[in-house]
Amino acid sequence: MSTTVPLRLYVNGERHDISVEPRRTLADALRDDCGLTGTHLGCEHGVCGACTILVDGKPTRACLMFAVQAEGSSIRTVEGLAPDQEELHPVQKAFWENHGLQCGFCTPGFLMLVAGQLEENPDTDEEEMRDVLSSNLCRCTGYQNILKASMAAAEEMRG
Amino acid sequence: MKPASFDYVRPHSLEEALAELAKDPDETKVLAGGQSLIPMMNFRLARPERLVDINRIPDLEGIETVGDRVVIRTRTRHLVLQNLSMPTPLGSLLRHGAANVGHLPIRTRGTFGGSLAHCDAASEWCLVASLLDADVTVQSQARGSRTIRAADFFLSIFTTAMEPDEILTEVSLPALDDSYVTGIAEFARRAGDFAIVAATGAVKVVDDVVADARVCLGGVSEVPFRSRAAEQVLLGQTWTPQLVTAAAEAAADEVDPSSDAHGDADYRRDLVRALLPRALGER
Amino acid sequence: MTITQPPNWTGRSLPRVEDPAILRGLGRYVADVAARDTCMYAKFIRSPYASGRVVAISAPPGVRLYTTADLDGVGDIVAALERPDFVSTAQPILAGPVVRFVGEPIAMVLAETEAAAEDAVDQVQVEIEQLPAVLGVEQATAEGAPLVHDVEFPGDANTVVDGRIHTAGFDEVFAGAEHVVTVQVGSARQSAMPLEARASHAAYDPGTGRTTLHVTTQMPHVVRTGLADVLGIREDDLRVIAPDVGGGFGAKMALAREDVMVVLASRRLRTNVAWIETREENFMGAWHSREQVYDVEGAFDADGTLLAVRADLRCDVGAYSCYPVTYAVEPLMAMAELTGPYAVREYSVRSRAVLSNKCPIAPYRGVSRPVQVLAMERLMDVAARELDIDPVELRMHNLVHEFPHRIPSGLVLDNASHRETLAVAAEMADVDDFRRRQLAAREEGRLLGIGFSSFAERTGYGTPAFAARSVPFELKKTTAADVITPGFERVVLTMDSSAGVTVRIGASPHGQGLRTSLAQVVCDQLGVAPADVRVIHSDTDATPYGWGSFASRAMVMAGGASMLAAKDLAARLRTLASHRLGGLPGDFELVDGGALNRETGESVPLFVLARDTYHSSHLIPDKGEPVLEAVATYDPSGTFANACHVAEVEVDPATGAVAITRFLVAEDAGRLVNPAIVDGQIQGGVVQGIANALYEELIYDDRGVLVTTSLMDYLPPTLHEVPDIEIAHMKTTSPQSITGAKGVGEGGTIGAPAAVANAVSDALAHLGVQVNHLPATPHRLRTAIRAAQSHAQEAAS
Repeated sequence: MSTTVPLRLYVNGERHDISVEPRRTLADALRDDCGLTGTHLGCEHGVCGACTILVDGKPTRACLMFAVQAEGSSIRTVEGLAPDQEELHPVQKAFWENHGLQCGFCTPGFLMLVAGQLEENPDTDEEEMRDVLSSNLCRCTGYQNILKASMAAAEEMRG
Repeated sequence: MKPASFDYVRPHSLEEALAELAKDPDETKVLAGGQSLIPMMNFRLARPERLVDINRIPDLEGIETVGDRVVIRTRTRHLVLQNLSMPTPLGSLLRHGAANVGHLPIRTRGTFGGSLAHCDAASEWCLVASLLDADVTVQSQARGSRTIRAADFFLSIFTTAMEPDEILTEVSLPALDDSYVTGIAEFARRAGDFAIVAATGAVKVVDDVVADARVCLGGVSEVPFRSRAAEQVLLGQTWTPQLVTAAAEAAADEVDPSSDAHGDADYRRDLVRALLPRALGER
Repeated sequence: MTITQPPNWTGRSLPRVEDPAILRGLGRYVADVAARDTCMYAKFIRSPYASGRVVAISAPPGVRLYTTADLDGVGDIVAALERPDFVSTAQPILAGPVVRFVGEPIAMVLAETEAAAEDAVDQVQVEIEQLPAVLGVEQATAEGAPLVHDVEFPGDANTVVDGRIHTAGFDEVFAGAEHVVTVQVGSARQSAMPLEARASHAAYDPGTGRTTLHVTTQMPHVVRTGLADVLGIREDDLRVIAPDVGGGFGAKMALAREDVMVVLASRRLRTNVAWIETREENFMGAWHSREQVYDVEGAFDADGTLLAVRADLRCDVGAYSCYPVTYAVEPLMAMAELTGPYAVREYSVRSRAVLSNKCPIAPYRGVSRPVQVLAMERLMDVAARELDIDPVELRMHNLVHEFPHRIPSGLVLDNASHRETLAVAAEMADVDDFRRRQLAAREEGRLLGIGFSSFAERTGYGTPAFAARSVPFELKKTTAADVITPGFERVVLTMDSSAGVTVRIGASPHGQGLRTSLAQVVCDQLGVAPADVRVIHSDTDATPYGWGSFASRAMVMAGGASMLAAKDLAARLRTLASHRLGGLPGDFELVDGGALNRETGESVPLFVLARDTYHSSHLIPDKGEPVLEAVATYDPSGTFANACHVAEVEVDPATGAVAITRFLVAEDAGRLVNPAIVDGQIQGGVVQGIANALYEELIYDDRGVLVTTSLMDYLPPTLHEVPDIEIAHMKTTSPQSITGAKGVGEGGTIGAPAAVANAVSDALAHLGVQVNHLPATPHRLRTAIRAAQSHAQEAAS
């Protein structure tokens, strides 16, 4: 039963042709097979949110999906947020300017969560943002600067 | 924590899915949202040898009103229900219920039907289904379609009346008219956690008098608990905050919760007393 | 000619240089190193019983299994102190035949992938004879209790540390006091729970025979020493690197047995081996902390002066002694620092570490101080009530305000602002207004409460302080390898031939932003910009021996050493400038990347001075070194930061839920090198403290099985559970920290639990419900409220 199946994933606009066991989670496929280690594993049972990515635009826990399920979907990870090598995505920039990270392990998950939320609803207010940010755990920051950064990003993205 | 190996099939029709399930029902699990199943598989607490992924089967999601019933198809995601534009007491109940389910990323994938099939006694959809005496439709290759009333559907902890070769396809709920007051209130340690105790209610108030009363509690027994005592206190009485408090007291007396790390029986009764009034709009 | 002021980098909230890579997903954590490598994966078979003897282990052919039988030549991990009351025990790399806690590693399997390794674990059969276990201090110290280790216990059973202090005047003062207030406080077992669990990746180089170990550690050099000792190899055969580390909080400052196995396997098989700990394993085996109970009595005189403190402190330290700081770390710190910032003179304390069949402890942010402060601050609030004195006034009356001040244990509180922080906190809190709101709310059945917590946080202490934990009782030194006295920090500062600066440090950041803040310190001395400075850390091949990052020390220690080294280098540069341009070295200041003569206005770029040094060394008159390098060691005796926390809460009497409606911190961490980083440390620490107070609890059942093994059972708070934290800064400096910075990493966790406990107690005082044991869960509070209410009803009827 440990046979692998061929799988084509579209991640950050790029095609990855990989071969995985069905039991390989999407998180592990991204990390081990696509070489995109920015998505982190903090618990592997869907609570901490460090593995949050965007699947078809929606924040999703990559540890709670098998890679084979993601065939045909558009996947975005933290590596695909910045437009290029020079610029950062507004959410990344806001986290940087507002000291929104310390050890950085939870950060990619928060970035994708917030980017996904703001792309879906640029008018997200603070109350709703608190709700959204409560989805993920951070052990270092106490969340205050994460909220500050997220609201700053919202303002920036509204233009 | 990596799951044990399994074979994976992703059928394109319900018939195909049922056929796959029929091949080896005891060693096969249906994969819908995966938000409950996959963590258990990652812990190796669940080790199905085969997974039937029903996510690509058309016509398995959506919600529609058919006469005086509202039909929710099995793979309707929690998030869809959270954003439901149905300006009725049932719509309100569904929106509030969905908002309580885990967190945003869980809601984008978790499904209504999956929740029922999983049968966690404190989960929102199990409570709503029990509250409203939902009709649950399941289907197998061998026997076709059958409908199970909610009261007969939830048997015990994580155990429903479904056979291993059946897939839950849709749930039918009564479309409550505008005279209904509905609500859900739950107590959890943190935002998004499973409820320790939850209370749902649907009360029909006509000319200030209770014409129909439904109360369902979660976290107080192995399956969702319809509090007949609370319903009897409410029925036929004048709709006041004091009435609801009395109903909550009756419910607290009626239940016989077990004790665990999250709370003993007395504490769960206290939560019933606190939550039922909050569910029905009082503080 | 304009004379520019040197830019003052210190004091600026510079965005961190660490961040862009992490934000782009290019951080490199240990699991990422493994993911990019083709390596074997290790998984461990762990004891299902709290106490037992392994009878047999077997696996079908094809499973690569390692047991104790494969550990010839491998020693045990021993971490000890030289004290007459210290009982030393050994920690075997793999348990067997004796197992001592659920989750203890008994055997290891290797496979090509993690999933395959887990499949292999499934196939391993272990037969263990269960033995009686001890699961708490009372049980463990009882007459005839089963012994966790087969060693001599001079005192009570299973008691491995038994420290005492009894000041000369104690008996008389205590006996003669007007009023004795008694409290018993305690905390449940805590998990540091860094979001990244532990991991290690050993890469074997067949050419050189060296192993490069990437590991989630806070102390790479010490881990290297420990590994070399245990494996019996040359230290230099190992290179230890802590890459990006996803939080440590103390749980990554202990040498892990699993890491020893990974290196062993890598060397034996001459291949790369990785271990990626799961969250479940992290809960079971990655060092617990904080399961402590203190009985504290405070003897007060009539005007509220705290004259004497008597205390009995018990710490349940689990089954082994963590390397390097030992299981004495909790009780000895508690013993030394309990009296805190209060001017109490007489002190009698007994402080014990007791073994149990549970996961061993290691320091967790704050270590014992959260419970120490809980004890003293509950004492203050209880005393305030019993003596009918305002709780803020009672504290103000007793806080040390003349410095230096020697506390009964012998530690010296240097310059601090205890009264000032309390005053600022009280003003920010506006207690009068709160009391009005509290009364009005009670009319509506809503229960509001306010709680204070004043404390001193010992930080930045070097070798002398660590040495004081040992009390050598023989002139002849005992075994060198077991007793480790940490302390100093060393920095090697180099300017290259293009005037680029590298700062090699022995400290090892894991989220504290040291790359940024140390650059700021150095830049102020050298007149360069942070972009010209690179801080190199956490690689034993590239950095001087140092102790890592823990105990709120990095800025004080590494910052101090960096400043000293930078001053040295600056002096050299000024001398070189004077060679070039004439004048005296003292005429020059380093600014804008050059050396500027204040008298003449002439300047020379540092680039030129660097080239002079490296490439024209024969032309330098004083025959100086042909390199620009300064090395400095900093080893102060330690200083104290201080703060006052205030929590406002609302308790829901129906459910026992506690909402924190306001949290403020008035703190004094001396000079803030990077204020944003300091505030971030405080905020994060406070949230962990709130978690300790209300949410987090590791629970063992009565068979010693850990029940809380997932994030659904162990409850770190989300954003929803915590308030915004308001912070006010005071600044006193200490001669014990040349940068003027005091450490600040642990203050949040130290003060917050007491503030919350006091606030909840204040909210429920009218019901007679008090919070002395943490966490104050809704279940416990509601149960206490219900009992109090029915009690009141009975009394009324």
